[in-house]
Amino acid sequence: MSKYPAALGGKSQPPALVRVVRDAGLSAIVAFGLFASMIGLRLFPTGNGMKLHYRWLMLAAVVVAVFAGRVIMLTWRANRPAGTPQPRRIAEAINHAGKYVGAVFLIAAATLPLYGGRYFIDTGILVMTYVMLGWGLTIVVGLAGLLDLGYVAFYAVGAYSYALLSTTYHLGFWTTLPIAGLLAAVWGILLGFPVLRLRGDYLAIVTLAFGEIIRVVLINWTSFTGGPNGITDIPRPTLFGLKFNGSGDPDTFAAFFGIDYSLTQRVVFLYYVIFGLALLTNWVSLRLRRLPLGRAWEALREDEIACRALGINVTVTKLTAFAIGAMFGGFAGAFFATRQAFVSPESFNFGESALVLAIVVLGGLGSQLGVALAAVVMIGGSELFRDFAEYRMLVFGVGLVVMMVLRPRGLVSGRTPSIALGARKEIAAELVAQGRG
Amino acid sequence: MSTQAPLLAVANLTMRFGGLTAVSALSFQARSGEITAVIGPNGAGKTTVFNCITGFYRPTSGGLTLTRPDGVQLALQSLPGHRIARTAKVARTFQNIRLFAGMTVLENLMVAQHNMMMPTVIGGLLAVFGLGSYRSKQRVAIDRARHWLNEIGLLNRADDPAGALPYGAQRRLEIARAMCTGPVLLCLDEPAAGLNPRESDELSDLLMRIRGDGCSLLLIEHDMGVVMRISDHVVVLDHGKKISDGTPTEVRNDPKVIAAYLGEGDEDEETPAGAEAAA
Repeated sequence: MSKYPAALGGKSQPPALVRVVRDAGLSAIVAFGLFASMIGLRLFPTGNGMKLHYRWLMLAAVVVAVFAGRVIMLTWRANRPAGTPQPRRIAEAINHAGKYVGAVFLIAAATLPLYGGRYFIDTGILVMTYVMLGWGLTIVVGLAGLLDLGYVAFYAVGAYSYALLSTTYHLGFWTTLPIAGLLAAVWGILLGFPVLRLRGDYLAIVTLAFGEIIRVVLINWTSFTGGPNGITDIPRPTLFGLKFNGSGDPDTFAAFFGIDYSLTQRVVFLYYVIFGLALLTNWVSLRLRRLPLGRAWEALREDEIACRALGINVTVTKLTAFAIGAMFGGFAGAFFATRQAFVSPESFNFGESALVLAIVVLGGLGSQLGVALAAVVMIGGSELFRDFAEYRMLVFGVGLVVMMVLRPRGLVSGRTPSIALGARKEIAAELVAQGRG
Repeated sequence: MSTQAPLLAVANLTMRFGGLTAVSALSFQARSGEITAVIGPNGAGKTTVFNCITGFYRPTSGGLTLTRPDGVQLALQSLPGHRIARTAKVARTFQNIRLFAGMTVLENLMVAQHNMMMPTVIGGLLAVFGLGSYRSKQRVAIDRARHWLNEIGLLNRADDPAGALPYGAQRRLEIARAMCTGPVLLCLDEPAAGLNPRESDELSDLLMRIRGDGCSLLLIEHDMGVVMRISDHVVVLDHGKKISDGTPTEVRNDPKVIAAYLGEGDEDEETPAGAEAAA
C-alpha cells in the first residue's frame, strides 16, 4: 500500500494516506484554534447589553475547508510532474507575448477617451501619472540600481514649483513645466551628493529621510508654501493659449471651435497631456538605455568597482541617474498640481514613495512594460476595489505576496541587451544584478 | 633605451593598514614594451601593490610615476580612481573576475569604451536627441569590440550574457574588456588562476600578442610556467619587501627566492597574513 519503501535499517515511514490525513488533521486543529473565537463567537448588541451567539456551523465549514485544502495540496505536491515549474513557463509566455501586449496597451491607452466615460478617463489620468512616476523611478532603481525611497520629494518639488511660479508670477503651464523638471533635477543632484558613498539599506534610509524633510519643510515654511493649507487656485493648462472653461470668452476651447462647453473636454485634454508626458519619459529612458550613459548606469548596477577600473566616473554617472529620474518626477508633479488645481504637503507622504517603488518592483526592475502593467493593476485595481474599501488593503497585500512568491523578480523579469551583433536574446533574470545601491 | 624614462616607476611605495605594513619601501620599474611579473608567496603584498597602482588604495607614502608614450608624466597616487584608466591609460583585471554578468559579452566591451563614446555628460545627454557624433563613435567602438572578440575567440558568443560563459572564457573576456579601454599598461591579477594547461598556453599566446601590439603588461601570477615563459622581467616580493628583481633566469637561481618559496631560514618577526585578505 505504501508508496514509500522503508528506509534501510531505519524507522519505517507510515503509509502515505495516513500521513496525509495526520498532516491535514493537524492543520484543521490549528485552524480551529485560530478561528474558534474569531468566527465561532459573535456578540450582538441588544436593548440592555450584549448577547453572545455561537456560530458552530460556520466554524465547522472553515475547519473542513482547511482540512480539504491541505489534503488537495499534499496530493498535488506528491504527484507534481517533473520539468519546468509552472511560474517559469508563465514567465516565458509573458516575455514572448511582451511585444504584442505592449502594442495593444498603447493603442488601448491612446483611444481611451473614445470609449471610456468620465470616470474611466479620470482613473486613466491617475494610472498614467503613476506609470510616468514608475518609469521615472525605474531609471534610478531599475537601471542604476540605486534604491530610492524618497522619490516623492521630486514629485513635490515639481508640484510646488508649478504652483508657486504660476500663482506668484502668472507663468503658464507649458512655460513652467521645463522649469519644474529642472528644479527637481537640481534637487536630485543635491540629494545625490551626500549619498554617493552609501549603498543598499543605508542609501534607502537617507533617501527616505530626504523625502520626509521636503514634506516637513513644506508644512512648516508657511510664509512660502502656505503650510498645511497648501496652495489653491492653481491655473489649469491651456491648449495653445485656449482655456478650458465655460465662460464663453473667445480664448476658450469651446468658443474657439464653436462647440458647447463640457467638463469632459478638459478631462480628455488633461488625459492626453499626461499620456504625452508618460510617452516622453518612456522614449527618453528607452533611448538612454541604448546610449553609453544608460549602459554605464546598468554597468554600475552590475559592478561599481569594475566600472571604476574601466575609467567610468562613478560620481557623475550616479548623479545623472538621480537628476534624470528626478526630472521626470518633477514633470509629473507639475502635472499633478495643474490637474488638482491645489497642492498640499499631505499629497507627498512616504506612502506615495512606497507605492511608486512597489509599482517598479512589481513590474520588474528596469522593464518598461512591466511597470506600466503594474501601475494599471495597482492603481486601477485599487480603484475597482473602492466599493470594498475595508478589504482593499487586504486584497492588495495578499496580491503582492502571491506575486512575489510566483514571480520574485517582477511581472516582466529578464533583460533585453542594449546592443547586439546578431539577434537580441533575452537575458535571464538570475544573471542580472539587482544593485546594492 | 636606458636613457628613456621607464613606463612605470614605483619608488619607496609603502602601504599600511592600521598597524599592519602590507608593502614596505618597495621600488621597481616596469619598462615600456615588456612583460613585468610580480611574484611571491601568498600574503606577500602583490595585490596591494596592484591596488595602489590602479587607484583603489591610496599609498601611505611613496610615489608611482607613469610616463605615457607621449612623454606626459603622471603621479598615479594623486589621481582620482577613474582617471587612472581614463587619463593614465592603466587598465586592470581582478583576481576574482568582475564582469558585468547580466550584460552581454558585447555590452561588456562597449561599457569599457564609455569614455571614447561619451567624452562629456552634456554630449551624452544630447545624444538622446540624435545630436553629436555618437553614431560614428559607436561604429568605431563596435569594430574595436569585434576585433578583441576575434582575438579571444568569443565572436560567436558576442550576444550571450557574460555570466553564462565558462570560466576560462570569462577570464579572457575580462582581459579583452580591459584592452578595449586602449591602455598603455595592462595590469593582470592572476590571469591564469583556475585555467587548465591548454588554457594557460592560450593565455600566454594572447598576452604575447598584446605585448606585440605595443601594450606593456604587469602581471601577478602563481603559475610559474606562465611567468617563466613570457616575462621579460620578474620582481619577487615577500612580506611586503622586494627580495629579488631581474630576468626570469636570474630570479629562478636567486637563493633568497628559493628560501622564500620553500620557507627556509625564514625568521621574520611579523607575518602580514591579513595583507592578501585586505587586498
